[in-house]
Amino acid sequence: MGWTANIQGLIGGGFIGLSAVFLMATLGRIAGISGILADLFLDKPNRDELGWRLMFLLGLVSGPILLMLFGGVGNVAGSSQDVIGVPSGGVPLMLVAGLLVGVGTGVGSGCTSGHGVCGLARLSRRSLVATLVFLLTAMVVVFLTRHVIGGAA
Amino acid sequence: MKAFLGYIAGLLFGLGLGLGGMTDPARVIGFLDIFGAWDPTLLFVLGGAVITTFVGYRVVLCRAKPLWGDGFRLPTRHDLDGKLLLGAALFGIGWGLSGYCPGPAFASVGHLTYPLVAMLLAMVAGWWVARRAPFIQ
Repeated sequence: MGWTANIQGLIGGGFIGLSAVFLMATLGRIAGISGILADLFLDKPNRDELGWRLMFLLGLVSGPILLMLFGGVGNVAGSSQDVIGVPSGGVPLMLVAGLLVGVGTGVGSGCTSGHGVCGLARLSRRSLVATLVFLLTAMVVVFLTRHVIGGAA
Repeated sequence: MKAFLGYIAGLLFGLGLGLGGMTDPARVIGFLDIFGAWDPTLLFVLGGAVITTFVGYRVVLCRAKPLWGDGFRLPTRHDLDGKLLLGAALFGIGWGLSGYCPGPAFASVGHLTYPLVAMLLAMVAGWWVARRAPFIQ
């Protein structure tokens, strides 16, 4: 915690920003994870589009694995086994949460990356509103599950 | 070439999430828990990402087209509609329940657990529902 964690967070964010700028500069696409992956899994197979999306997913998965191989270097938690945390609930809770995240980002055309990072950087009004809505909703849900209902999630 | 570029973009994204601790749902929930022991890390990750993207987009979007592709594909809508608000609210509920948004959830595949597999499968099912369900269209 403290300033070291904040600076490591900033650096991590910088990498995410570099990814977004790189994807726009090379392929001309918004780095929205929900959009890229929904298209990867659900679009009609199209070799040209499928290839880079599949490789993006492989890169996304290999990033944290690389950090773990190098002993969690630079990671906020500072040790390799803490790079990837464990889910906060069991299978039933995750099924409900996953469905909500999927339907929500599908209907709302974006998630934390598409709206929160790329949209805010483009000064999009739609993305600003979407980001405020999902941030506040998530904060209310955590307040309810942690402080009202009592530590279930 | 496009596949290689996609891999680099994904790798940078995955490294950023890992470095910033976003692949740990406990840290994400710690940020969302403003009435508990608040953990500001996510704010710094988001801030670092938005500032870098803001500056980088200004440079990149001055060009006529991307290096490999016929044009920049940017969203063109400006109106606020019910689908945007409903979608964002449903997403927020799922995010608050699990601490996972799509990027960190898929970036955590290196440490697979049954709850994570359930989350990923349900998320893809949710995207399918969002595309097909007539009541949303």
